[in-house]
Amino acid sequence: MKKRQLAALSLAAVMTAGTLAGCGGGESAETAAPKADETTAAEAKTDGAEAPAASGDGAVYYLNFKPEQADQWKALAETYTEETGVPVTVVTAASGTYEQTLKSEMAKSEAPTLFQVNGPVGLASWKDYCYDLKDSAVYKDLSSDDFALIDESGAVKGIAYVIETYGIIYNKALLNDYIAIDGAVISSADEINSFDKLKAVADDIQAKKDDLGVDGAFTSAGFDASSDWRFKTHLANLPLYYEYKADGITSTDAVKGTYLDNFKQIFDLYITDSVCEPTLLSGKTGSDAAAEFALGEAVFYQNGTWAYGDIQDNDVADEDLGMLPIYIGGEGEENQGLCTGSENYWCVNSKAPEADIQATLDFLQWVVESDEGKTALAEDMGFVTPFTTFTEEYLPANPLVAAADEYVKNGKTSVSWNFTTMPSEEWKNQLGSAMLEYAQGTGDWDAVVKAFVDNWAVEYQAANN
Amino acid sequence: MDKAIKRYFPVFVLPTLAAFTLGFIAPFIVGVYLSFCKFTTINDAKFVGFVNYTKVFTDPTFVHALWYTALFTIVSVILINFFAFVAALLLTKKIKGTNLFRTVFFMPNLIGGIILGYVWNLLLNGILLQFNKTLTYSSVYGFWGLVILMCWQQIGYMMIIYIAGIQNIPGDLVEAAKIDGANNWDILKNVTIPMVMPSITICTFLTLTNGFKLYDQNLALTNGEPSNMSEMLALNITNTFYGRAGWEGVGQAKAVVFFILVAVIALAQNVFTRSKEVQQ
Repeated sequence: MKKRQLAALSLAAVMTAGTLAGCGGGESAETAAPKADETTAAEAKTDGAEAPAASGDGAVYYLNFKPEQADQWKALAETYTEETGVPVTVVTAASGTYEQTLKSEMAKSEAPTLFQVNGPVGLASWKDYCYDLKDSAVYKDLSSDDFALIDESGAVKGIAYVIETYGIIYNKALLNDYIAIDGAVISSADEINSFDKLKAVADDIQAKKDDLGVDGAFTSAGFDASSDWRFKTHLANLPLYYEYKADGITSTDAVKGTYLDNFKQIFDLYITDSVCEPTLLSGKTGSDAAAEFALGEAVFYQNGTWAYGDIQDNDVADEDLGMLPIYIGGEGEENQGLCTGSENYWCVNSKAPEADIQATLDFLQWVVESDEGKTALAEDMGFVTPFTTFTEEYLPANPLVAAADEYVKNGKTSVSWNFTTMPSEEWKNQLGSAMLEYAQGTGDWDAVVKAFVDNWAVEYQAANN
Repeated sequence: MDKAIKRYFPVFVLPTLAAFTLGFIAPFIVGVYLSFCKFTTINDAKFVGFVNYTKVFTDPTFVHALWYTALFTIVSVILINFFAFVAALLLTKKIKGTNLFRTVFFMPNLIGGIILGYVWNLLLNGILLQFNKTLTYSSVYGFWGLVILMCWQQIGYMMIIYIAGIQNIPGDLVEAAKIDGANNWDILKNVTIPMVMPSITICTFLTLTNGFKLYDQNLALTNGEPSNMSEMLALNITNTFYGRAGWEGVGQAKAVVFFILVAVIALAQNVFTRSKEVQQ
């Protein structure tokens, strides 16, 4: 009997230990920020754990949107902590999961003090969490109010920290090879200044792809989640831009779709003069397209300045990187420049403790004003910033940025980023689905038009009532 | 002995009860409450009543996910149980190497759903590439891809349960049947199947709930593409909660509906197969 009791007791002890260990494990996994980039999350956790010990004056927790710059942000945060003793945690959400990560992180007691929204529409769901940055140093350093998100009451809710440009990145070496072929439709890349020219060149390259040693004119227009934003958001910006321009407006509650035929033209070009069959697009990822371009398998690649990191140090030399505007056949497009704007706005969490807010504002000031901060942003991360503190010597060595500057210097009109006014993520997703179905032949263009025009009104209503 | 159990009752129950309350009951109650709220983060919920529930059934993606999941569950329950039972019958015969086969068949179950999803994604896409298609080209491919994946993963597990059931059948019953002149088919129909009814209850319960609750494999294999057409209920709920600003409460309401649905179906199934079980 005694033995039995002993056995029972020890069993109970094991059970308790087991369940408690289970609880403990669960909790620590929680603090380690699930879904975030693994290495950063692990590091962040150790940083976070030290936080209260290192300083009683507040801490900074930055939830970073850009996975491309995850390591650079961490290095910068460490430098700041070394200099000031203020702990800075940087966690980077994995590509495409920012909203999701933000939503779960914000619900925690140690919520991010610094986070990002992607423009007015993104701000709408987080406006209650945005600290008014009107009196902050970082706002005063901003070169223009165009780069701030200011609400009706005049409160500065978000500040853009990077200006980016996208267009059709092209491989100058391959294009020159093409020009050297007899019967090329152009004699210099500068001649491509309209949709018709672009189409003529792309069609011709596609026809002569075997002579050129490429797989196609354009990289695959992949509709995997890592790539579909290039079309449902960035490409869709162009018909929107021309419509807004024609109507003289900057946002709308019901889009008309005046330029959707032009949208169809360019999209058709992307999927026909491509390295792969349209039926394969649903599975093609962003890395696929980047690899096709970086390895010289395609001449044209729609993406932006941020893509430099992915394509550098491969088969395409830096001096061979050029960028063309995305021509869709709009009026006056010979003067159209690249698409330049920002969808990365810093917001400070107004529900964080006072000390943390102050620490965050100090950190931001240091980032945009100190030499270390400026060097990190411009050189290590390759950002063009909208801050007055970034003088000439703080321009990134990114050939795509240089190409973008060239267009501005030549007096071309930049295309603004109107996609920040798209009514919701759902709108973009439905447009993306419709575009994919059209591309692979399981749907028709009318569905795209419907997703673009009809759904705009529906989603706008849903988001604004 | 009874006394000892009574005396130590709290010691045995408390840890589990505490963990169960913390990890299940409390979040469940909060979850149900949140389904009546509008919120961005769960800390600042505002009560709005039944608005979320009205949106649940007017959302076409949810209705689609509902029947897609139901169809998937029916197909996978039938296929998995059939093949698992056949495999169990074969591997309880006296063939050489049964232990090796049992181990090999069971092994897929040791691999996590996400990894399986990606592995099968590569495999199936590799095959479909020959026809210039991908798994996400149409939801039909996604559907059968998922069925193949789930069969591969679960047949081994269910097979082990059936083997245990079959081995528990007393030898004298089978012997008596043989003496009475029953052939193999009669034995299977009148002895084996009635005797493994408890295993069938467990296996259908497991495959049924697994089918309804399927998430990892769905996420990794197709992620609901194309156009949410291969999206099952659990994935639809997550996408609603995290993917659409302002729809967090609707996602929560969907989760409650989902819970009720799975509970009702699982209970009904349990009652039904239990009634078929025989006492020895």
